[in-house]
Amino acid sequence: MIHARGLVQTFHTRQGRQKAEVRAVDGVDLDVAEGEVVGFLGPNGAGKTTTLRMLTTLLTPTAGQATVAGYDVVSESEQVRRSIGYVSQAGGAFSGARAGDEVMDHGMLYGLSRKVVEDRGKRLFEQMDLDGLWGRMPKNMSGGQKRRLDVVMGLINEPTLVFLDEPTTGLDPQARANLWEHIRDLRDRRGATVFLTTHYLDEADALADRILIIDQGRIVAADTSDNLKAQVAGDLVDLEVADRGKVPEAAGKLASITGDGRDVTVADKHVRGRVPRAGRALQGLLRDLDRAGIDLDSIEVHRPTLDDVFLSMTGRSLRDAEATAKGAVEGVAQDGGSQQADPDVTSEPSEVPQGVLR
Amino acid sequence: MSTFFRETFIVFRRQLRMNLRNPAWVIIGALQPVLYLLLFGPLLKPLVNQFGATNAYTFFVPGMLVQLGIFGAFFAGFSLIGEWREGVIEAERVTPASRTALLVGRLYRDLLQLLVQALILILLGYALGMSASLPGLVLGTLLTLLIGGACAAASNALALTTKSEDVMAPVINMVMMPVLLLSGILLPMTIGPVWLEKASDYMPIRHVVDGVRSSFAGDLYSSGVMWGTVWSVLLFGIAVWWGTSTFRKENA
Repeated sequence: MIHARGLVQTFHTRQGRQKAEVRAVDGVDLDVAEGEVVGFLGPNGAGKTTTLRMLTTLLTPTAGQATVAGYDVVSESEQVRRSIGYVSQAGGAFSGARAGDEVMDHGMLYGLSRKVVEDRGKRLFEQMDLDGLWGRMPKNMSGGQKRRLDVVMGLINEPTLVFLDEPTTGLDPQARANLWEHIRDLRDRRGATVFLTTHYLDEADALADRILIIDQGRIVAADTSDNLKAQVAGDLVDLEVADRGKVPEAAGKLASITGDGRDVTVADKHVRGRVPRAGRALQGLLRDLDRAGIDLDSIEVHRPTLDDVFLSMTGRSLRDAEATAKGAVEGVAQDGGSQQADPDVTSEPSEVPQGVLR
Repeated sequence: MSTFFRETFIVFRRQLRMNLRNPAWVIIGALQPVLYLLLFGPLLKPLVNQFGATNAYTFFVPGMLVQLGIFGAFFAGFSLIGEWREGVIEAERVTPASRTALLVGRLYRDLLQLLVQALILILLGYALGMSASLPGLVLGTLLTLLIGGACAAASNALALTTKSEDVMAPVINMVMMPVLLLSGILLPMTIGPVWLEKASDYMPIRHVVDGVRSSFAGDLYSSGVMWGTVWSVLLFGIAVWWGTSTFRKENA
């Protein structure tokens, strides 16, 4: 559905007299198969939106080529536009115009007749839980309603490929969960291929069959969420030792189960290390600690997150995501794993997620 | 071609719908020409003999017409920035619609507004004693629409280039001042010193004002009308080309 090779986009910026060239996208190769839901993940400024704008014909690539829905984005841009739906970050419906009017005009710009657009539009309003809002102005809608209206506009030409740029940014958790359902429906009910950008790890995790990670204009990883996580060795075990004097001893015990001598880090009363299959190994560790008379204040196990993947790929943490995952954290050894954004932030009590054993 | 017309019409209808919903737009638009004519016209009356015209309103209405055309149109781009910010332009650009149609549909709205204002101005001018030939009126109005369209297209292009009201407002002010002072809209340049008149020769809008004025006066085959026509058509062509190219390549 999408094949891109060596996509490059450079911008020229000017600071005083100095002209600088910024390579916002620096040689992106990517392939998306029909029927896939692909998450395009990366921190702000990594080149997600710029890549998307090239794939949706809004921006001409500086170099490289791409075919979208079988058409070249440069020489066959009109056919590309007919085949895709695009929901931009900014939306697309004017806040001071009636929702229905905006949908009608948008659909008719595709050359569709008034009747066809109206039928489709009203049906989409029902499917997107927007019943009765046809005559309302977006400025009088909730964030979630407005976002769903944007999706309706993106679907009015019945595209086989839908691009969503940061679809849930700024939505409250309920509206977010609701929109996720609708995004899943795009594929499950409409059979559409979905390409969505996000800087939310849990979003990519929850929605995408496959994840592409972009950093500084380059794709650094492309695989399923599980495979990506498997590349990060082991679960993060975090012990908080009650007695400060016993910390070194506890570190030694933890090191004995981290396998091939992987690093154990000590910070204050915390001892951390990556343990393959922690669920099984912990039992022995706890008995061991007990025998040695080492008491714990808490113990946490984090399944590898996409943030860990990002960290291991780029050497940096995906800090942009920190705002997301609070409250979406899951407890010890639960399947699906902890979705905490930042694995370093467990030492302060206020940040300790639910599910911590005390 | 019919596709193009259809697309421009969809864009035009959308713009008109949003503007008509705003009563201030309608009232101010209609009131502007009336105020100019009623409050500034009487000032010219005692002066009109000094610059060789016989009828104050035959002299004044064409200038007013061009001023309405260019100054009203210069502000057309401001609403475009609001639309751009809400993603409307991007949503339109991702449809297969012609990029020129996206601009021209918006120009239709500006031209319609200008036409209505021009009719109010001309009718009121007649009521106050203007005398002008019908072909002259038609040609003069046509030239005004062309130059108004040029300014609206340029304003849209500027809006999509700067994407900021804060940048656009001073730029427009900077352009408007010399245009107002050097095109003889309010008073003819011929009454000024020679150097000022020479300077105004380099102001294209001045020739348009002269053209519309000659045309109202009935000198349809004068060189003034010819140069006014040449400049209007030229500026319109350049501005539409500029506007279309910004719609084509607009970056965010």
